[in-house]
Amino acid sequence: MSETDAAIAEICERFGNDRTRLMDIVAAVQADRGGVDGSALDAIASAVGVPRVEVESLVTFYAFFSDRPKGGIVIRLCDDIIDEMFGAGKVERAFREALEIGIGETTPDGRITLERAPCIGLCDQAPAALINDVPVTYLSGDRAREMVAELKQHGDPRKLVHRLGDGNNAHPRVRSMVHNGIRKRGAVIFAEMERGAALRRALAMSPVEVIRDIKTSRLRGRGGAGFPTGMKWDFTRAAEADRKFVFCNADEGEPGTFKDRVILTECPDLLFEGMTIAGYAIGATEGIVYLRGEYAYLREFLEEVLEQRRKDGLLGKSLPGRPEAAFDIRIQMGAGAYICGEETALISSCEGLRGDPKNRPPFPAQRGYLGFPTCVNNVETLCCAARILEKGPGWFAELGSKGSPGTKLLSVSGDCSIPGVYEVPFGIRLDALLEMVGAPNAAAVQVGGPSGRLVGPDEFKRMICYDHLATGGSVMVFGPQRDLLHVVERFMDFFVEESCGYCTPCRVGNVLLRQKVADFRAGRGAASDFAWIEELGDTMKTASRCGLGQTSANPVLSSLQAFRDLYESRLGPDRGDAFLPAFDIRGALAESERLAGRASVVYTGGEGEG
Amino acid sequence: MAAKPRVATASLAGCFGCHMSILDIDERIFELIELIEFDKSPINDLKEFTGRCAVGLVEGGCCNEENVRVLQLFRKHCDVLVSVGECAICGGIPAMRNAVPLKECLDEAYLKGPTVHNPAGHIPNDPDLPLLLDKVYPCHEVVKVDYHLQGCPPPADAIWQALVALLTGKPLELPYELIKYD
Repeated sequence: MSETDAAIAEICERFGNDRTRLMDIVAAVQADRGGVDGSALDAIASAVGVPRVEVESLVTFYAFFSDRPKGGIVIRLCDDIIDEMFGAGKVERAFREALEIGIGETTPDGRITLERAPCIGLCDQAPAALINDVPVTYLSGDRAREMVAELKQHGDPRKLVHRLGDGNNAHPRVRSMVHNGIRKRGAVIFAEMERGAALRRALAMSPVEVIRDIKTSRLRGRGGAGFPTGMKWDFTRAAEADRKFVFCNADEGEPGTFKDRVILTECPDLLFEGMTIAGYAIGATEGIVYLRGEYAYLREFLEEVLEQRRKDGLLGKSLPGRPEAAFDIRIQMGAGAYICGEETALISSCEGLRGDPKNRPPFPAQRGYLGFPTCVNNVETLCCAARILEKGPGWFAELGSKGSPGTKLLSVSGDCSIPGVYEVPFGIRLDALLEMVGAPNAAAVQVGGPSGRLVGPDEFKRMICYDHLATGGSVMVFGPQRDLLHVVERFMDFFVEESCGYCTPCRVGNVLLRQKVADFRAGRGAASDFAWIEELGDTMKTASRCGLGQTSANPVLSSLQAFRDLYESRLGPDRGDAFLPAFDIRGALAESERLAGRASVVYTGGEGEG
Repeated sequence: MAAKPRVATASLAGCFGCHMSILDIDERIFELIELIEFDKSPINDLKEFTGRCAVGLVEGGCCNEENVRVLQLFRKHCDVLVSVGECAICGGIPAMRNAVPLKECLDEAYLKGPTVHNPAGHIPNDPDLPLLLDKVYPCHEVVKVDYHLQGCPPPADAIWQALVALLTGKPLELPYELIKYD
């Protein structure tokens, strides 16, 4: 056995040669060797006893893994639309010039790799980037050049952090330059918390009573879909099995969403308490936090909080006053895949597989992680649950609007003077929010991220709640100077990139829609495209396998609804030749004419024959 | 008696399989002839349009300028244009070349392919040969297409039902058996 094989075998051994821990194994090998090449794939496959192709498909699926070696330092530039609006292009140019490489390339000395990444959860501090695990914010061309000089000198991304952010960002286990940007504190998430109080109250009740309280509060999932949490807990409780799991979905990847980052930084106890309560309620003893790879810089801190809770008897083999009830939590790192925010894809990922969604039914509450009943809740939802147990369901139900009780964290970014995280009661009107965030001249707002809706001033009077403008937290503001079709096109770029590729409506539909938007942007739209777009969007909604494809047509559909004039102003002229405006016969023939050394006789550049 | 509606058909970058499927309506072709008159079509070998057509059936996508020209003519002469079959709708087998640069396709076909015997090393380039397009286009990316009739080929019954519905204005009846392909 070679030395590297031995090192890999040692890593696999550390995770019990368990194929369901492939994410951790591959991450460790990736960190160790800068990539997981062919021999490493073989070594892992033989150690955990799976075909090599299974390891390979996992490695090539996740953006943070690579089957080719990368530099010891990987710079990932956030390329979402908000970062672009705030100068990510200049930052990228500066990095490229200073490193003398292009995107996706590694410096000749093999030390630094430059890449792009979809939203890394720092839109309010754009342009931003991740350098290995270290987030760097408010970038500029000059700062990029300085960073490259520093990295070339000391090679340690952590040393790039000179001034620490507020709150726990300055915690010794975090030491990040990220700012929380909490602009408004509400009563549920950002209120003061007495550790253990909610848990003790829950444990004084029977599990059924706990679920009844959650149902009475009418709490609905905060990730975006809004499923009633009490029902989900009830289903998981009712499922019969030896093991059950509570999952916390901390894979917030919806561009423009960064509220979970702030919860994880400032209120981890509230979250873990919510998970523990959920575990008690449904009869689970194991919890997993699926933490997006982009937030790896928070991991050590979160582990410390967990350890402290174990020491304080709030987690572990027995719970306060309930020696028979055990619950513990493990953190599972993601590796840069938006789709893993979809609950069944998240479960796949935790099982050491590609982040492919699973067929439903069975629902995770019946058969989830490893086939056991699994309750997957959003970070914010679990925090709400803890608060409900602390303050009572009636108190919670009184907050917010009728159909949407409680408060909601909104992460606001874009063309506004006070970006950041706002905890507001559900039912707040969009125009009131825009005033609060300093965006009186907004031309459009993307509510709920790319998979949500693009709304124009006509709809600013609508309320943010499940029944009107639903959002998992993302609110992106666009001023009158922005080209909204460009925004839509960038959202489609995102979905094309992040589609897992499993089902055709999503894999193909997103590409077709992106092309259509590009046609319009180029002034080559056709009147018949409108019906076509709506039909295709409808097919994607109906026929896609998971939430990604079911919502990824929304940027196009909702902008077409709210800003139809924008599209209509870019219809191609009728050339009288029966061709669709987007069809370019001269362009289609150019290469052929060059190869044949003769020009087309039919299509000479004037109108075609016919 | 009013003039019968005219129907034109064409096979572009296809295999003529969809036309075979049209012929597969068997003896109903007599009924069809009562209902319509064929205009430009390989079925009657009429090379040019002779008048305005109610329906144009197009098989195959566009791989060269001749296909484009024919499709353009069909759009201009037909009230309703139908893409018939996989190649017209998606490009089909010919579109497998879309991922390969044009020069590599020609080299493989005429110079480097394992079964090629071409000592002179000529790639056919007679002025009469229509120039290839950069890729194979489905018909609806070139002109506006009104309907798609799926299948490889669409079953004769599906073509028959579609034609009858279009020509009589009656609702189209395509039972599940005619539009399932697995």
